[in-house]
Amino acid sequence: MDGIFLQQLINGLTLGSVYGLIAIGYTMVYGIIGMINFAHGDVYMISAYLAAIGLAVLAFFGVQSFPLLILGTLVFTIVITGVYGWTIERIAYKPLRNSTRLAPLISAIGMSLILQNYVQIAQGARQQGVPTLLDGIIKFHVGTGYVQLTYTKLFIIVVSLLGMGVLTYVIQRTKLGRMCRATQQDRKMASILGINTDRVISYVFVIGASMAALAGVLITMNYGTFDFYAGFIIGIKAFTAAVLGGIGSLPGAMLGGMILGIAEAQFSGLVNSDFKDVFSFSLLVMILIFRPQGLMGRPHVAKV
Amino acid sequence: MSVKESSIDFKRCLIDTILAGLVALIVFGPIVGVVLQGYDFTLQPVRVAWLVAAVMLGRFCLSLFLQTSAGRRVADSFASPSGGVHVLPPDHKSMLRFVIPVVVLLAIAFPFFANKYLLSVVILGLIYVLLGLGLNIVVGLAGLLDLGFVGFYAIGAYGLALGYQYLGLGFWSALPMVVILAACAGALLGFPVLRMHGDYLAIVTLGFGEIIRLVLNNWMEFTKGPNGVPVPGPTLFGLEFGRRAKEQGHVPIHEWLGVAYNPNATLIFTFVALFVMVLIVLYIKHRLTRMPIGRAWEALREDEIACRAMGLNHVLVKLSAFMMGAAVAGIAGVFFATKQGFIDPSSFTFFESALILAIVVLGGMGSTLGVVIAAFVLTVAPELLRSFAEYRVLLFGIVMVLMMIWRPRGLVRISRTGVAIRKGVAP
Repeated sequence: MDGIFLQQLINGLTLGSVYGLIAIGYTMVYGIIGMINFAHGDVYMISAYLAAIGLAVLAFFGVQSFPLLILGTLVFTIVITGVYGWTIERIAYKPLRNSTRLAPLISAIGMSLILQNYVQIAQGARQQGVPTLLDGIIKFHVGTGYVQLTYTKLFIIVVSLLGMGVLTYVIQRTKLGRMCRATQQDRKMASILGINTDRVISYVFVIGASMAALAGVLITMNYGTFDFYAGFIIGIKAFTAAVLGGIGSLPGAMLGGMILGIAEAQFSGLVNSDFKDVFSFSLLVMILIFRPQGLMGRPHVAKV
Repeated sequence: MSVKESSIDFKRCLIDTILAGLVALIVFGPIVGVVLQGYDFTLQPVRVAWLVAAVMLGRFCLSLFLQTSAGRRVADSFASPSGGVHVLPPDHKSMLRFVIPVVVLLAIAFPFFANKYLLSVVILGLIYVLLGLGLNIVVGLAGLLDLGFVGFYAIGAYGLALGYQYLGLGFWSALPMVVILAACAGALLGFPVLRMHGDYLAIVTLGFGEIIRLVLNNWMEFTKGPNGVPVPGPTLFGLEFGRRAKEQGHVPIHEWLGVAYNPNATLIFTFVALFVMVLIVLYIKHRLTRMPIGRAWEALREDEIACRAMGLNHVLVKLSAFMMGAAVAGIAGVFFATKQGFIDPSSFTFFESALILAIVVLGGMGSTLGVVIAAFVLTVAPELLRSFAEYRVLLFGIVMVLMMIWRPRGLVRISRTGVAIRKGVAP
């Protein structure tokens, strides 16, 4: 019993740190333009494909060592996914800045359909995969059974924490971060003070996409398989994480991701793994009903 | 000065084109150009070259067009928000007075010359008309984005199938039951959620639609999971439409009427019943938009804070729209199940919700006529263009994005006949 609990705690932490990374994209975009970026889950899906492509190309050129392989793939995936984020914002959201409230949301759903079908046509509908990169397991004996922590999972937890740390530094300490925070607080005032808010919004999309790309590389390493539909479920779950932590709040997204990942892993380990998605979605509905501002968010105040 | 303004700046066009080409190369290069094959890959540079060339050409034409005077006018029209409802003069008589009788006559004549394939395509179109009308009440009139609409559709279809299996319900007894069931599900979901900020509703409803599908898929004992459930054939006053009566004491309709057996009888019945149902829903919706509740929906869509300040109970108003839409989706589900004769959870994915939303968006939010046309275009066109089936979802997505940029309020503008000031009334 304890063994299962601990094992699921490790699985949950792995899953949760990745949810947190994707949730950052939702929460930052929501914070700055008040819109749910529906296509964000599919940006993650694109990054999973890019990661596999990067690995395959690097392996083709004879790169064998793990650090070089993973570093090359990360840089490749993050840069190109960032360009995807920028392009999506430019095409589907920027022309709608002054439109009705529903318009960007519907446009985002359209973008999500476009990305899914585009990848399906370009890469085929079959499942894709990557080889295992990191072998090795650490085993702990707990009671009668044992708990195993693969190096891959350890790597995922460490790298995603590192990624979150870097992002927190950028947002809290650099000029770019200050611009982002100012635009989030009051877009009109920020533009009066000489901040190019359109450009800041583009940066936010790029940052969100890069975080999703990091998540894409990490999840692909862990599970090894993915398809063009992978972004949908994981997108909703990351959004749940963002809402759980309080949408618009950066630490909230990370915390929410961890909590959701652990809760989901415990549920599937101890109760029923068939209904783990139902559990996550029910959790989302429950949070929105009972605490819509989330754990660390501010209550929404309507202004006339 | 004015001459210089109207002249075309080719250098800027070229820079735009080259930048767009670069971005296209980065974006399309890896995904389109490198196709994964197991752990290996094949290169497909020709596809990338075509795509990049197309993007560059498109961008060049767009840049050129935006610098002409016509293009500038188009760009200006985007900058200013489009108006809401188009008000017609009070004595305006709609052309629909002539169109509706013609459509009804065509519908009466239709079963006599249609073959099985045509019948089933038109029935599918009509089912989506119903779904579009239902969602149009929620999204178009009340302005609530519901992404889990397919959940109510599934409740309708499974209501009939499981109701037959466990309670012995037939088509006619299931219809009112399902309306109540779907409306209750709508109320159950809507009541706690509708107090919240608009965008959250989209996600909660999306989660709800997925919960319904996952439960149908995973609850093997009750719903048979992915194996699906059979649906009973429809009856009319105890008369069945098959060649032989399936249930004790029932008589097939062709024996009762004393005519030859028609293999399309079930489809013809479904078509007639569905057509009548669509007319009823259209009429109800037409009346509702002219009643205080319909006005309240539209007012709420335009400005929620102003509405609440005027004393409207926004939760009840939204809830009524939500339940109404859910009930219509439930009816559509019953007809879908009857037409298919067999249902499984794979018919109720998020894609269906997105398709219904595309119908509403394309047709014009709040416009009934637009939704009817869009439903037929989006469901019948893929049947005709089977060779483009691969690109269907892509086209839906592009339609949704372009429509939002070009005409956020849809192709057909909502228009309403104005009210004339009556003479003899004190000012």
